[in-house]
Amino acid sequence: MFQIPCPHCGLRNVAEFRHAGEQRRRPDPQTATPEEWRTYLYTQANDAGWTRETWYHRFGCRRFVGVQRHTVTNEVRPADTGPAPSVASPPAGIDAGAPDAGGGAM
Amino acid sequence: MPSRQASARYSAFGLLRRGLTHRDWPRVWREHDLAPAYDAVIIGAGVHGLATAYYLAAKHGFTNVAVLDKAYVGGGGSGRNTAIIRSNYLTPDGVRFYDRSVKLYESLAAELNFNVMFSQRGHLTLAHNDGSLRTMRWRAEVNKLEGVDSEVIGPKEIKRLVPFMDVSPEARYPIMGALYHPPGGTIRHDAVNWGYARAADALGVQIHQNTEVIGIDVRAGQVRGVQTNRGPVSAPVVLNCTAGWASLVSAMAGVALPISTHPLQAAVTEPVKMFLRTVVVSGSLHVYVSQTDRGELVFGASTDAYPSYSMRGSLEFTEELAGHVLALMPSIAKLRLLRQWAGLCDMTPDFSPIMGITPVEGFLLDVGWGTYGFKAGPVAGETMAELIATGKTPQLIAAFDLARFAEGRLVGEKGAAAVGH
Ligand SMILES: Cc1cc2nc3c(=O)[nH]c(=O)nc-3n(C[C@H](O)[C@H](O)[C@H](O)COP(=O)(O)OP(=O)(O)OC[C@H]3O[C@@H](n4cnc5c(N)ncnc54)[C@H](O)[C@@H]3O)c2cc1C
Ligand SMILES: [Zn+2]
Repeated sequence: MFQIPCPHCGLRNVAEFRHAGEQRRRPDPQTATPEEWRTYLYTQANDAGWTRETWYHRFGCRRFVGVQRHTVTNEVRPADTGPAPSVASPPAGIDAGAPDAGGGAM
Repeated sequence: MPSRQASARYSAFGLLRRGLTHRDWPRVWREHDLAPAYDAVIIGAGVHGLATAYYLAAKHGFTNVAVLDKAYVGGGGSGRNTAIIRSNYLTPDGVRFYDRSVKLYESLAAELNFNVMFSQRGHLTLAHNDGSLRTMRWRAEVNKLEGVDSEVIGPKEIKRLVPFMDVSPEARYPIMGALYHPPGGTIRHDAVNWGYARAADALGVQIHQNTEVIGIDVRAGQVRGVQTNRGPVSAPVVLNCTAGWASLVSAMAGVALPISTHPLQAAVTEPVKMFLRTVVVSGSLHVYVSQTDRGELVFGASTDAYPSYSMRGSLEFTEELAGHVLALMPSIAKLRLLRQWAGLCDMTPDFSPIMGITPVEGFLLDVGWGTYGFKAGPVAGETMAELIATGKTPQLIAAFDLARFAEGRLVGEKGAAAVGH
């Protein structure tokens, strides 16, 4: 269990939110090919570490909220906390993080 | 570290002798120095990596192979799952594939000389509404067409199979019917992992624990080897079998995946006298139950609602699980939970795996095993070994290629894999 800082409601239990996905750059709908669009829809950076993501405060203000979350420890901080990780753009680059975070497979 | 003698064959006589004398228990697999080069490097010593190594050596004579794991054999999902084996999937591609795995599991103990305790005790998926019942009829028909034993049964027969279940119309979630799959059941997951590791080792495969891959060398579109915490290793073929960590390892080769990693939790009770023969799954209630040979009840559910690499259990999980299990079997209210745990699941958008080639030549995938990959260990190992040895993608896995996402050819298995793993 952890808490998410909603800019509208304050610190709330994660159970009040729905995870709406990592923030990614959307290709231009006017020019994207179907392949590019599907790659955008399905591909995830799925990083182990600090990520930028969107949560939907469904049992609260019902607004979409941006935060930073550490996907190994589930620590959460407001979206504007620095130093901010860059927004992933698919396909993810080679520097998508070392797999050691989290202390192995214990 | 020096190589040690390979293991002796197991037998009832050997067990008795060593059990009495406690002398010369054979080592199950050896330790080795890391060689500078192998014909193939497999990342991940779960059931998928180990089975692939075993079939490469046993069927194709490919023995200059290393299996690298950052932790220990079976430390990932392969040692954390609830060990349910079945083949009653929804798509013909899925049914054919998992059926081959069940067949391989049926003869695995003899093949590996290791008792894997495969118990085909039957598998029941309950329907609490018309929608589920309709999907089950569909699944039963697809299964029968592919020669897999599955049928839809009513509450009376369910009561006969599971006397402790509340099948009355007054139940909180009335049971309207079930998909019954007699060849389904459970297995001892550790024994499968160790059995493959031991058999692969005996054929010359090297298993390296505590060996973390920290980089993958790619030059001119071709994989050249890997960097590890114990030094570099070169190889013309590198196979990613890292399940929950698959995205991180693939990113080292510059290959992005349509995977997000979700924790999946499970729990087990104190042991009680045998009363539950079949595996029971309820998709609507998000739970499943089986009883081990030792008498513990093993419970599972669907994945945590958000992606994470954390393997901590949560109280919400236990509460929800207990509530739902008691709605099905009120009489077990006094049982105590012994422990709960979590593992990482590499979820794909279509609840199907990603197997085969990538845009990087020689860099292969056997990932996307989500919550359902233990049962696929043998068939995935067999087909990936064939791909490595022959360079050709076997027909059985053609539908599971990475390119299907960009090309819009998803394999919809959600109806058969979202809760019942
Ligand atoms: C609670 C739970 C219940 C489940 N129940 C079922 C079930 O009933 N039936 C079923 O069929 N499936 C089930 N599953 C799913 C199943 O466990 C997995 O799909 C399967 O075990 C995956 O096997 P694998 O060999 O691909 O990966 P894993 O067994 O996860 O092995 C991956 C290995 O890769 C290693 N690794 C990761 N990164 C690196 C690196 N950088 N370098 C070196 N090594 C690395 C890890 O240490 C790990 O040992 C369940 C899973 C969980 C968590
Ligand atoms: Zn809010």
